[in-house]
Amino acid sequence: MNTFRSLWATTWFRLLVGLAIGIVVLFVLAPAGLSDFRLSLLARFLCVAMVAVGIGLAWGQGGMLVMGQGVFFGLGAYLMAMHLKLADAGPGGVPDFMLLYGTGELPVWWEPLRSPAVTVILIVALPALVAGVLGYLIFRRAVRGAYFAILSQALVAAFAILLIGQQQTTGGTNGLNGFRGFFGYDLNDPANQRMLYFIAAAVLVGMVLIVWQLRRSRFGELLVAVRDQENRTRFLGYNPALVKTVAYVIAAVFAAIGGALFVPIVGIISPADVGVVPSIAFLAGVAIGGRATLLGPVLGSIAVSAAGSGLSETFPAAWTYFQGAVFILVVGFLPGGLAELVGRVRRLPARRRLRPDPTTASTTGITSGIDAPGPDTERIHA
Amino acid sequence: MKVPAIDVGELGEAIRPEFVRQDYLEVRNLRVSFGGFVAVDGIDLTVVQGELRFLIGPNGAGKTTVVDALTGLVPATGDAAFGGVPLLGRKVHRIARAGVGRTFQTASVIEDLTVEQNLDLAAGAGRSPLSLLRARRRPPESVEQVLEGIGLADLRHRRAGILAHGQKQWLEIGMLLAQNSRLLLLDEPVAGMNAEERAQTGELLRRIAELRTVIVVEHDMEFLRAYADSVTVMHRGRILAEGSVAEVQADPEVIEVYLGHPAEEEAALIAAEQAAAYEQNPEENNA
Repeated sequence: MNTFRSLWATTWFRLLVGLAIGIVVLFVLAPAGLSDFRLSLLARFLCVAMVAVGIGLAWGQGGMLVMGQGVFFGLGAYLMAMHLKLADAGPGGVPDFMLLYGTGELPVWWEPLRSPAVTVILIVALPALVAGVLGYLIFRRAVRGAYFAILSQALVAAFAILLIGQQQTTGGTNGLNGFRGFFGYDLNDPANQRMLYFIAAAVLVGMVLIVWQLRRSRFGELLVAVRDQENRTRFLGYNPALVKTVAYVIAAVFAAIGGALFVPIVGIISPADVGVVPSIAFLAGVAIGGRATLLGPVLGSIAVSAAGSGLSETFPAAWTYFQGAVFILVVGFLPGGLAELVGRVRRLPARRRLRPDPTTASTTGITSGIDAPGPDTERIHA
Repeated sequence: MKVPAIDVGELGEAIRPEFVRQDYLEVRNLRVSFGGFVAVDGIDLTVVQGELRFLIGPNGAGKTTVVDALTGLVPATGDAAFGGVPLLGRKVHRIARAGVGRTFQTASVIEDLTVEQNLDLAAGAGRSPLSLLRARRRPPESVEQVLEGIGLADLRHRRAGILAHGQKQWLEIGMLLAQNSRLLLLDEPVAGMNAEERAQTGELLRRIAELRTVIVVEHDMEFLRAYADSVTVMHRGRILAEGSVAEVQADPEVIEVYLGHPAEEEAALIAAEQAAAYEQNPEENNA
């Protein structure tokens, strides 16, 4: 027991245990126990969870209330969808909806997306570039808190309106759908759908590992410092705008990859999936799970997605109210999310053990371990 | 009164700048105005390394504004250079990297990080982006020395947020040392400390000032008398007097300014009483 305790105290051991559990659940239990339909649904939740992992880094660690991750999710999704439409149309072909609504000619900016390699690069590079430029401009002016949240939300609203307005080139409200293949694989084949699930699961695990490393690195400490004392870090010689931008770019890239995988798994992307409401839904899962923890955002996001899909099947009308109530309860009473509840429960017996016997408390001094006037200051004088 | 000394013997290399040289701060005709209000009205100031300079004056005299201007927080006109490097018009983090460090009236350590992490962060502004991605294994040697020097080595793994007030101030000063600042601008470092903590801080500042340039903005006259090498008195954005403690105390203009504000004297008296009460029973006050 004691050896387990001491092992548990090392981050590496906890990582390995967590990783093992995660891999068993994601790669063994879920594929074995779920129908093709349910597995595909889970794959969709995993894509949303990728956005949540990024939000956990930017918001939980970095204090940036990113209310517009739909922009980056949408960029990744639309880039992927455009490529799939072009691939379906064949060499020199034009996507079906353009023949229907437009002139039947392919816009110039669609052309590069015929290439699978260019598409994959753009899915990472374009959101990174947008988030980098935008983030640096915003953070350099020390825009933060509610102002940053409103700004990011306005951005996503504008993005959705732009998509709807450009029906000839983006599919408008209908979005892009009806994909048949994914890099040469038939999307109607259940085996390929399972493969997509495994890809999504592996990518998600990879993202969690990246954030795990970032959290324990000096960059993670710096990000916390910028969150709590932005001015102080400036006087230490750091450029807080740059630190925040890096975290924002990582969150954006994670969201874009989530979006890109969402497209072949779900089979449709439309402005309704990337607008204001989904952007807030991304955030809700993170808040409920616990934004400042490593796994809180992932688990919270998957739980909210699953509850949403399960409850809306049974009570289609009541689900929204339920989600709202949970959100209010958590934010109101557990600001640290459900992860805080876990922490509180874990500390309960420990606190009881540590509570000093009332007869000895006056002689030993409860504060001596915590505050200055005690052995610690004695030592300095010596 | 016997003055207990902080064990700064091991500060050694930590407080020694890379090159031992005669640094100095030179300020000429520094002016800061907010809208129509002139907060600092063309002051000249020269402070050399090895001198513990105090900057005093009544509330609103412009002391903190001078520090703000020198560290890039507020725009100013005129000239200011440290070690030959001009300071005005540069970004805050660039000035910090040029070797200018400051503290604030309210201790602003990073409360969610440990004492060691705070110091490590302060020591790391020059780190490469790649090294930032690695986990911190052990802090650099300079951080170890600073930990010993400010007497917080035993509390290194404690969250900075739960430190006592005085310890937070020492951590702040320690962060400037870890940062390897060669010019330290300290804004009321002993405010809220008891007599013992003041004495320790004073000794610490003396040691630091041997090898670095230090300016202390302070209200506490007793502290000033005990530790200042030289004093600059500000009043309404101008410099009223400058010199040794004795010279400044004998200056009729300074007496006029300080006696002309009975309310302030009263406030100082109350503060002194509080400090005395705190000294008698620090345990109770801290609980």
